[in-house]
Amino acid sequence: MANQQLNSGNPRVDLEYRRRKSAEEMRYQVISFALMIFLTLVAFAAVAAKGFTAWFTIPFIVLLAAVQVVFQLFYFMHMSHKGHEAPTLFLFSGLFVGLVMIWAFSTIIWW
Amino acid sequence: MHAEEKLTYETWPAEPEKSTLEAKNKFLGFWLFLGGETVLFASLFATYLSLKDKVPNTSQPLAKDLFELPLTFVATMLLLTSSLTSVYAIYHMKNFAFKKMMVWLGLTALLGFGFLGLEVYEFNHYVHLGHKFTSSAFGSAFYTLVGFHGAHVAFGLAWCLSLMFRNAKRGLNLYNAPKFYVFSLYWHFIDVVWVFIFTVVYLMGMVG
Repeated sequence: MANQQLNSGNPRVDLEYRRRKSAEEMRYQVISFALMIFLTLVAFAAVAAKGFTAWFTIPFIVLLAAVQVVFQLFYFMHMSHKGHEAPTLFLFSGLFVGLVMIWAFSTIIWW
Repeated sequence: MHAEEKLTYETWPAEPEKSTLEAKNKFLGFWLFLGGETVLFASLFATYLSLKDKVPNTSQPLAKDLFELPLTFVATMLLLTSSLTSVYAIYHMKNFAFKKMMVWLGLTALLGFGFLGLEVYEFNHYVHLGHKFTSSAFGSAFYTLVGFHGAHVAFGLAWCLSLMFRNAKRGLNLYNAPKFYVFSLYWHFIDVVWVFIFTVVYLMGMVG
């Protein structure tokens, strides 16, 4: 079974390289976690502030949620890694069907 | 490499979640499942949005009478943090550090239990305010959407604990590493759904 990893010919060097790579990735994960917490705080603050109209707050918090979900998917769920073509296809097809459904349901009740 | 092979810190592959055929199939199949879950939750969101505040008479509470920021905030923080702890678990899985992985998985489960406990308290509170599953279309849509998510959390907890219990004495190998990885994907997906629930149901409910 071929592993998708580089081979310097020296297993110790390869191992050391991988450890560093994954430690570095873990740092990015913690940074994206901090950003997610920040986005959550902003969303709650926007609602708690009451000074804004619903026409501003609703699109704003939905946008924040979308950004936060991108962090979850691409960093926490590793979709930014190689070999995630099929997952991307599955997830976005699901999202497409889902959005059409939300669109359909919310237009039906207008009439 | 095959699933039963005894591996060490040095021979552990870089991507244990995809290094056997079974693991690759699990990975692909699980993402297909997540695509289906997206459709499922989107349909529940669509139903909720259409039936929000549709109550038979004025004595029934509306979204803005029910939801409170502090409770939702604490629940959100618990679930978000549990997402990070499961990232740590997978980080240690990739470094072949079994014990550390188990500790972080245990933390993930604890935070999950905290979240679920809050949800039970919350639902009980709403029922006492007259917001029941059968009291209005709004109630049915709310409990179906949020309850489905809660059921996913409960299932995830059972999954996590059985993985931990079953593999407690086994250590890491290429047979169980993909199982832990797939569980972490599921747990993150639950968090993805929650991000939309706290935004669309709670925050938008409080805005009006």
